[in-house]
Parts: sequence; structure tokens; C-alpha cells
Amino acid sequence: MGWHIKNNELRIVKIDKVKIEAYNVKSIFFKDKLSSLAKPGQFLMVWIPGVDEIPLSVSFASDGLAAVTVKEVGEATRALNKMAEGSLIGIRGPFGSHFKIFGKRALVVGGGIGSAPLLLLINKLLRNSVKTLFIEGAKMHSEILFQDQLNLLRDEYDLEIVFTTDDGSYGVKGLVTDVAERYLSKRRFDSLYACGRELMIRKLFLLSEKYTVPMQASLERIMRCAIGICGSCVIGKYRVCRDGPVFDSKQLREINNELGRFKRDFRGDKVSID
Amino acid sequence: MQVQMDVEIAGLKLRNPTILASGILGITAECLMKVARAGAGALTTKSIGLEPREGYENPTVIQVECGILNAVGLPNPGIRRFTEEIKKLRDLKVPLIVSIYGFSSEEYAKVAEIAAETGADAIELNLSCPHIKGCGAEIGKDPEMVSLIVEMVKEAVDCPVFAKITPNVADIKEIAKAAASAGADAITAINTIRAMAIDVETCRPILANKIGGLSGGAIKPIAVRCVYEIYEAVDIPVIGCGGVRTWRDAVEFMLAGALAIQIGSAIAYEDLSIFKRIADGIEDYLSRKKFRSVRDIVGLAHKE
Repeated sequence: MGWHIKNNELRIVKIDKVKIEAYNVKSIFFKDKLSSLAKPGQFLMVWIPGVDEIPLSVSFASDGLAAVTVKEVGEATRALNKMAEGSLIGIRGPFGSHFKIFGKRALVVGGGIGSAPLLLLINKLLRNSVKTLFIEGAKMHSEILFQDQLNLLRDEYDLEIVFTTDDGSYGVKGLVTDVAERYLSKRRFDSLYACGRELMIRKLFLLSEKYTVPMQASLERIMRCAIGICGSCVIGKYRVCRDGPVFDSKQLREINNELGRFKRDFRGDKVSID
Repeated sequence: MQVQMDVEIAGLKLRNPTILASGILGITAECLMKVARAGAGALTTKSIGLEPREGYENPTVIQVECGILNAVGLPNPGIRRFTEEIKKLRDLKVPLIVSIYGFSSEEYAKVAEIAAETGADAIELNLSCPHIKGCGAEIGKDPEMVSLIVEMVKEAVDCPVFAKITPNVADIKEIAKAAASAGADAITAINTIRAMAIDVETCRPILANKIGGLSGGAIKPIAVRCVYEIYEAVDIPVIGCGGVRTWRDAVEFMLAGALAIQIGSAIAYEDLSIFKRIADGIEDYLSRKKFRSVRDIVGLAHKE
């Protein structure tokens, strides 16, 4: 029997700690053995009783404790971010593929709340002695995530951090993809990791092809079953819940026609991504 | 000796008797093609209606003891949009069965007509979805409605029409007979069984829709009994569905009277290679028991 189905059993957990990360963004910590074993890039289905169940990537996992980092974008995320320590939520997972570590020099690019799963990845890269450049992009200063944790890692490991904001309120002014290209054009990287809006991922994918850097990107689609049967999350021939959410260059080439262009809505209808 | 694995259901030729069940993965052409490449003998799409539907809020699919409980709520883009997916499947090497639902017999007929015109090899009538008001099992538990829908759809299309019927009735034979005498070309049995799960920590039903349909291993013995009863009640082929996960399950359904079987929930536990694995297992069984074809064992458990 597949490991994903063993992880699929619903567990009800108590929120252990809530930490404000940025404007409208909180990390929700809870004790759960399985979640604490999540690999970078894997996701959980989080049940907010009476409201909804949503996919969220794991942002922290260690010693029986795990967290998801949530930005308020709709009803479910708003309800989750309002929950106090001690409240009950349901957890299924971790599910899906994960970021694989290889090479000696990594470029990691996060956009907005897309940086949520990347702290876990950066930790792993650094512990595997991979020299890492992290470019974290946000709309504005108040949306920059994990600054304290990143600074601590930089003190201890070979980590370089570049912050970018669209409005120039912090770090480098400009789009995260433009800044990424500046580095790609003058430095060699063995791998490129990305998570963020799909248009950003599409741009980075094209750059990774241009500069021949193997890429791994975490994608997002409407999720229902999370165990590969309902078909809600398909992109091309892949199910994001089971074949993804992390896809490599070879797979991204296969879904190049859809990547950053189309997705399926709740009805399974093809709609454009803007 | 070579064992004959292909079967013919109402003129539909299947290279092996494994069929992708409706509701599973069949919302896009690319996903269906992948299941065909994995070895399925035929494919059934998700259930498609006349108008688009978003389905229910999550949680929609949860795991319970020995099975999966779902109330996804028939999300689909509506038949007019779905024709784009059907058209992309023209070169498919295996038969495409389009599953349809409606809120009236007229709706069933209209959706069937569009699906057939666009290239469906067969229509499967969802007369059995257990958690939608005014359609599915609410219609499908009434033999007269079943018979009316089958008649109207048969009139609207030239391709074979399968009736997928509900076990949530006192006597499933009556429903099967109603479908058969109205002209259905095969019976698919069974759809999920009405069920629910309540979380004891939060003290509330887990599914957003509260009640859903149970599938998987838990319902297999019920499905086998239904197929066994239907096989005796009607003269048209029966397609078995409900908890098939191994070749042994498939053979059990065939002995009860199924000419082919559908696979759904088991994909959650295994992977898409399950179609080939089950087909190979059936072939080994037939060969070991010195049978020449799948047909040789269909309904064998009925012999005195």
C-alpha cells in the first residue's frame, strides 16, 4: 500500500502556537508526527471544521512539530488565521513529491506566500553543504517572510539572501524574475528551485531552459481528494497531488502549454491564468 | 494455450475487461489518455450534465475503515464545454464511455445526444449518485423514472446505453429489470452506498455535504451480491463495480455474472498500473484453470 494512503488518515490536532510572519501571514504550529516528517515541498490538507479543507505546504517540520504558513486570501485562510492557540484543526498528509537536493550551488526563488515551503528546503540544502542563493520577492516590505530565520541561517551557513520588492520599499526594487535573470546570466548554478505565482514560475522555467539549469518548481491547483483519484488538480497528464506538487524540468517541458497559461476551475473547465 | 482476454459488451470491443469507473480522473482528455496507456480496457468519464456544476466545498473525499467516503458533488463543465475533451479523444485506442446525469429525463436525453454526436462510444447513465438532490439516485430509485430515462436516451442516441444503478434501494433487481426492459444495453452495478462519518473531537460530520457515498473494499461483498442478483434478473450484460482492487476481486465479480469490471477507489491505494496488474492476474487465473476466455467464467457461480 502506498505511503500517501497511510498519511491520508485524518488527524485532529490542537494549534500549539501561532506566529505572525508578515502582513496577513501567520504560521500555525501543531504537534503531528507524520507532518513533522514532511520533506521540503510536500503539502497537507488542512481541515478548518465547518469552513473548508485546503492544501497548504509544510513550512516547518522538526521533532514532532510542524507548521503551515498561511496568507489570508479567502474565506478558508481568513478563518484559519483567526484561530487561536488550542483550537482544533484536521490534518491529512503529507502528500506529493518533494524538492530533491543535488549539486553544489543552488538558486532558490520565492514569490510572495510562495516562499512558505522554501525555508524547509533552504535548511536542507545548507545542511547538505549546498551553497545557496535565495531571492525572495514580495510586493512590498510588509510581505517579506522569514527574515529573522533566514538571517540566523546566513550566520551559520553558506547562504546569500537577496530581497526584492515590486515597489522598492525594501531590498532591490523590481520583479523577482528580473533579479533572478541577472544572477543566472553571470553565475553558474547546479539547480534552480521555485515557488510562487505560476506566471513567475513560467518565466523562471524559460530562464532555466535558456541558461540550462535544471529546475524544480512547486505548482498549485484546486485540490479535493489529494490521493490521486478525483482529477481536480490535473495539469497536462499529471495530478498535482500525486505526481507533483514539485515538478522537474522534464515534466515542466511536458506541461509547457499549460504552465502559467491555463488551469482548471472548480467545474473542471479550462480557464486562463492571469 | 492462448487465453482470450477481450470482451464485447453491446458491440463495444474491450481489449481486456477492466474499465475506469466514472468519477475517477475522467475530467480531461490527457488524464484519460494516461489511464488508457496504463492498460485500461475502456474509460468512463466523470459524470457530465447539461449545465456546469462546481461541486461541494471540501472536505469532499475522506478515508474511512476499508473504504473511501465522498461527496464531491458532480463538478463538471457541462456537456457543451466537455465536447472539447471528447473531441481530443478521437484517436483513443479503447472505447470511451461518457457518463451523464440530469435532473429530468429530457436533460438526460439532451446530454446523451450531444455526447454521442461528439464521439462517445457508449453512454453510461448515472442513475445512482447518492448525494445530489433531484438527480442520480433520487431519480434512480424509482423504476418508472429509470425506465423513462432509458427509453428517452435510447431514442436520442445510436450508441450503446449502460444504466449505472444504485444499491440504495430495497430490491436492486427491480431497477435492473426496469432499465433492461426499457432497452438498456448493459447494467453497471453498483454506485456508492449512502454513508457518513462524524469526527468525535470536533463533534461534527466530516464531509461538507455531511452525507456521501461509500466506495472501496467495504462495499465489495454488497456489490458482488447485487451483480449476482442482477445476472439472474436480466438478459443483458452486467458490468461489476465496487471495491475491485485485485484480480481475485475481478474474478469474483465475473463468477457472479459480470462481463467486465470497473476500477475506481483502488487507484488511491495502488497506482494506474492496477489496470494491467488486474488484467494480467485474470489472464493467469483463466490459464491456470484451463478456461479459454473471460466469457467462460461469467456467471459460473450460478451453476448448480
